[in-house]
Amino acid sequence: MTTTIFLQQLVNGISVGSLYALVAIGYTMVYGILRLINFAHGDLLMVAAYAAIFGIGIFSNPWIAFPLAILITGCIGVLLDRAAYRPLRNAPRISLLISAIGASFLLENLFLVIFGGVPRPFPRPDFFARVIEIGGLRIQVLTIYAPLITILLVLGLLYIVYWTKAGKAMRAASRDFETTRLMGINLDRIIALTFLLGSCLAAAGGIMWAMKYPQVNPFMGIFPGIKAFIAAVLGGIGNITGAVIGGFLLGLGEIMIVALMPELAQYRDALAFVILILVLLFRPTGIMGETTVE
Amino acid sequence: MSDFRGPAGAAQIQGNLTDRQKTMLNAAALLCVLGILALFNQYGSEYHVRILNNMAIFVTLAVSYNLVNGVCGILHLGPNAFVAIGAYTSALLTMSPAEKQLNFIINQLIWPLSVVQAPFALSLVAAGVMAALFAFMISFPVFRVRGDYLAIVTFGFGEVVRVLCNAAQSLTNGPLGLKNLEPYTNLWWSWGIAILTIVSITKLINSSYGRAMKAIREDETAARAMGIDPFRPLLLAFLISAFFSGIAGGLLVHLITTVSPTLFIFTLTFNLLIIIVVGGLGSTTGAVVGAMLFAWGGEALRIVENPVDLGIIVIPGIPGMRMVVFSLILMLVIIFAGHGIFGRREFNWEQLARFLSRGGKRVGSP
Repeated sequence: MTTTIFLQQLVNGISVGSLYALVAIGYTMVYGILRLINFAHGDLLMVAAYAAIFGIGIFSNPWIAFPLAILITGCIGVLLDRAAYRPLRNAPRISLLISAIGASFLLENLFLVIFGGVPRPFPRPDFFARVIEIGGLRIQVLTIYAPLITILLVLGLLYIVYWTKAGKAMRAASRDFETTRLMGINLDRIIALTFLLGSCLAAAGGIMWAMKYPQVNPFMGIFPGIKAFIAAVLGGIGNITGAVIGGFLLGLGEIMIVALMPELAQYRDALAFVILILVLLFRPTGIMGETTVE
Repeated sequence: MSDFRGPAGAAQIQGNLTDRQKTMLNAAALLCVLGILALFNQYGSEYHVRILNNMAIFVTLAVSYNLVNGVCGILHLGPNAFVAIGAYTSALLTMSPAEKQLNFIINQLIWPLSVVQAPFALSLVAAGVMAALFAFMISFPVFRVRGDYLAIVTFGFGEVVRVLCNAAQSLTNGPLGLKNLEPYTNLWWSWGIAILTIVSITKLINSSYGRAMKAIREDETAARAMGIDPFRPLLLAFLISAFFSGIAGGLLVHLITTVSPTLFIFTLTFNLLIIIVVGGLGSTTGAVVGAMLFAWGGEALRIVENPVDLGIIVIPGIPGMRMVVFSLILMLVIIFAGHGIFGRREFNWEQLARFLSRGGKRVGSP
């Protein structure tokens, strides 16, 4: 393999990893507070992609359409919590998880019924579709912007979580649910905020995913979602920085392994699960996770 | 809670049915079922026979899935892997070597499998054993974790098996799948296996192993304190569940006469989950009733996907509508009626007798 191809794959891996990171944050935040794997989280990627398509169709300006799509997806995330998870706050965990699986199938098939199963092309704005050349490398600018946008968004999120009152409440809730409630904090509102933030980040990831692989269909969110969850576990679930690191590592690892050993390409989707199983076997708390007592 | 009285205690209190009578009633019920099957076998249309076969396969799958998810209380999301392994094993054994050569065009089937051929019954046993073997291999990583993690790890194994089905072309023929299997599955096979599954799993649930499984479901720490090692009952449930799921896989592919990796996607697991949640997590009766409702409802709901002709306007069929209805049912049941139809109760003759005699004299507890 030449250096050029190696560098090309490296950049590609980082950019895929940044998208995993954005989605992983939502998983990790919800898991931190509710101890729930939000199975429907990956489908928000798909919701955002469809919202962006229609946004561009209506406004024909991505700078209006994209933020609007992100906001709509955020609201759908909050709605999801309100409809599928809040009624089950005191139910056994297994019910919550089943409800999440049901919500995921509902979103996918509802979109299938409404928009049909034929993949739609994503109208990539020229701003992101340009290709530049750096020292022999031909790179789509999106590949460079994706990690930068991710880092900016993560910094914003970290500011909210560590320097605002709502963020403090969030961290308290993930530490001890009941005590936080006793402190007079409206937990339902904090959880809704968590879903809003997580869903907005997933939406940003989804729009960039749709620009990278411009085929939008109702089931496009499943695999990025699952892999982002694996990234969250890899980084240590419940830990935002961990989720970001896990996302970058997983994206990079996946792309690089396939680049180095092309015969493994058809096993690419299974690779992430192998990583997950190894992490759970040898270091269940992930890279950044603290050892906690259940 | 009446749950604390075992079946024997309940019979003592009610004192209206002896074991002998119950055996007779069971035999009578079995004869009834066989009679109905014989009638359908003789006079039923091909469509009805197909639905009945589907029902039996779903009953087998749901009862064995419920053993892990309902009785042991662990959320296992990979039964599609067991079904897939059973399906391929059974199909590769019943196909004739000539047929295999016709199927495997791109890559040849690996050696020992390319020449062997086995009768259907033997292939079903092999399907169950292979699925159980796979379950045994994955059980060590799976049971190291609990709760949501266990769910995602088993989901992962299900996906890994699906990817392997697509990729291991010299074993599975990849995405092309296997075609032209002999349609061995008939009502006697499918319902015979279903009844065998129900009887053996009910026996298991009522044994000391079954009580250990329920204890683990209720509180694993307390069960440990009582001297139960959780690994062994869980492993047993997992293996038996895999065994019967594998057999069901063999039945399924010899009913539809083709195998392809798309049969074993996560939707299969999702359907099983709906069945056992609607029937009542932890109830074998619920799993049976849920499976029959599902197989029937799946057919009945086809009308929402077919075009509707209202005379003046024609509403086109909407593909995917069935799954929307199914996922809505799942969510509504889990949110508003978490216990499903049967909760954790099981069918028994005393309750039926009490239910029937309620009109006359009310039979209460002492």
